[in-house]
Amino acid sequence: MDKTKLTKELSRITETDDIFKQSDIAHIFIHHHKVVQSHLLPGLKVDVKEFDDHIEVNTVVEKDTRIEKPVHMCFGMIPENGIQKMVINIDIRENASVSFLAHCAFPNAVDIQHIMDGTIKVGKNASYRYLEKHVHGSYGGVKVYPHATIHLLEKAHFYSEFELIKGRAGLIDINYEATCDKESVLEMVARISGKGDDLINIKEIAHLVGEKARGFLSSRVAATGNTKAEVYSKLTASAAYARGHVDCTEIIKDNGVVSAIPVVEVNHPKAHITHEAALGSVDSKQLQTLMARGLSEEKSTDLIIQGLLS
Amino acid sequence: MKNLLEVKNLSLSLNGKPILKNINMEIWEGYVHAIVGPNGAGKSTLASTIMGLEGYRNFKGSIHFKGENISKLSIDERARMGITFGWQEPARYEGLLIKDFLKAAAKDKNDDFIFEQLDRVGLDPDDYANRAVDKTLSGGERKKVELASILAMDPDLVLLDEPDSGIDVETLDKMFEVIKEQKSKRRTILLITHSLAVLKQADHAFMFCNGEILRKAETKKVIPYFKNNCIPCKHKNIPDEEGVKLG
Repeated sequence: MDKTKLTKELSRITETDDIFKQSDIAHIFIHHHKVVQSHLLPGLKVDVKEFDDHIEVNTVVEKDTRIEKPVHMCFGMIPENGIQKMVINIDIRENASVSFLAHCAFPNAVDIQHIMDGTIKVGKNASYRYLEKHVHGSYGGVKVYPHATIHLLEKAHFYSEFELIKGRAGLIDINYEATCDKESVLEMVARISGKGDDLINIKEIAHLVGEKARGFLSSRVAATGNTKAEVYSKLTASAAYARGHVDCTEIIKDNGVVSAIPVVEVNHPKAHITHEAALGSVDSKQLQTLMARGLSEEKSTDLIIQGLLS
Repeated sequence: MKNLLEVKNLSLSLNGKPILKNINMEIWEGYVHAIVGPNGAGKSTLASTIMGLEGYRNFKGSIHFKGENISKLSIDERARMGITFGWQEPARYEGLLIKDFLKAAAKDKNDDFIFEQLDRVGLDPDDYANRAVDKTLSGGERKKVELASILAMDPDLVLLDEPDSGIDVETLDKMFEVIKEQKSKRRTILLITHSLAVLKQADHAFMFCNGEILRKAETKKVIPYFKNNCIPCKHKNIPDEEGVKLG
């Protein structure tokens, strides 16, 4: 398939056809280890190195650049088999602001690995948002390994959200570790629905090392069928007035198994971290309320899970 | 009078303790009824048993709706026949939008119809349709959403458990308005209450005490006894046979 056809196919699957008509929306489409389509804006620099076994993407948002509309990134593979390995370096410089919407599409996957090793630096007083949406097929043959090391400088804002609701998760292995300097704010959210014999591992760690740094780690996992999920969320605080919260809510259905391990560690007397975790089957009162409106138990459960993951 | 619901010789024990004792009652179609009595009398247990809620299914006797024995039916089967239940403290749902919560119940899934139901309970659809049914709603707002969901379902029989619990005066007035409107449409409502204000909305009342129905009568005849003897309950739900002369 040539680049035009691949772009069309990826945009169709990710429902992003309309972005090409808008010159104020930056985008970059990567199929396997090749860039098939891109459009950049002033202040947004993307340097790509294509190799046979991986692709390296170095992104810089220059100082004081504020990109108003989300930058669309599409990573995908149309074939049934293969490995997509990406090395991604993102540097958001002082006072810059950007939001990325990353679409990851593996619609025909039978045996595909999507490996991402990322390094993200968010500069002083800069803002970075990253929403990663996965579209997988119904077979479950995708193994996804998003790993990233993150550093927030003073007063930086970081928000990331990993969403996989459509199709089978396959194997998800998230591993993020962040260091947060003075007065920076970090928020990491994962919403994943597991079906069949999916395996979900989420490991999110954040260290609040600067005064008044704030961090929030949130996970929402629905494990249905024979899905097994493990969520490890660790938040440490070692500076005065650092504040953080870990929130894990995971639902099981059928033979699903979930374990959540929230770890909070404070080693400064003026720091404060809290956590809450709720694991189990669907709440009985929620379920019975919907059933009392005429929905079957199955439909009621699906609606509750859909809400939780939305 | 046509019976919409009949409860026959119903007894239920929970943890070995008898809670409902040989209950017999008929709910007439097109009327507002109330089960009234002090806290702990077994009113909510009876409503939960009628709806078939979890933990209230192992009873003796039978429940008939529209002439059919529904004792073995599940909650959703009873609901699809036309019964629903409004909880004293309704459940909250993370992420589930109010409009989707209403649509789940509604026969008509059209947005305009859904928004109309929100409007009927005094919630502006522009402000509420896309909010979640979660903990950010106040108790009163959540009760109104519950009521809107029931209106969207348009059932034949509504069981409302302590409808005035935890709500402000304005919400209570709105709830009474809706009850009156339903009554004018000849819908059947069963109010579970220990409140005089709620009791006054009913045409007929069942005086409930210590797991038993002491008497059924027109509401105006129940009120004086209830006012004098049940607020507060003077005998901890043990009825004084002499004191219960209604009719």
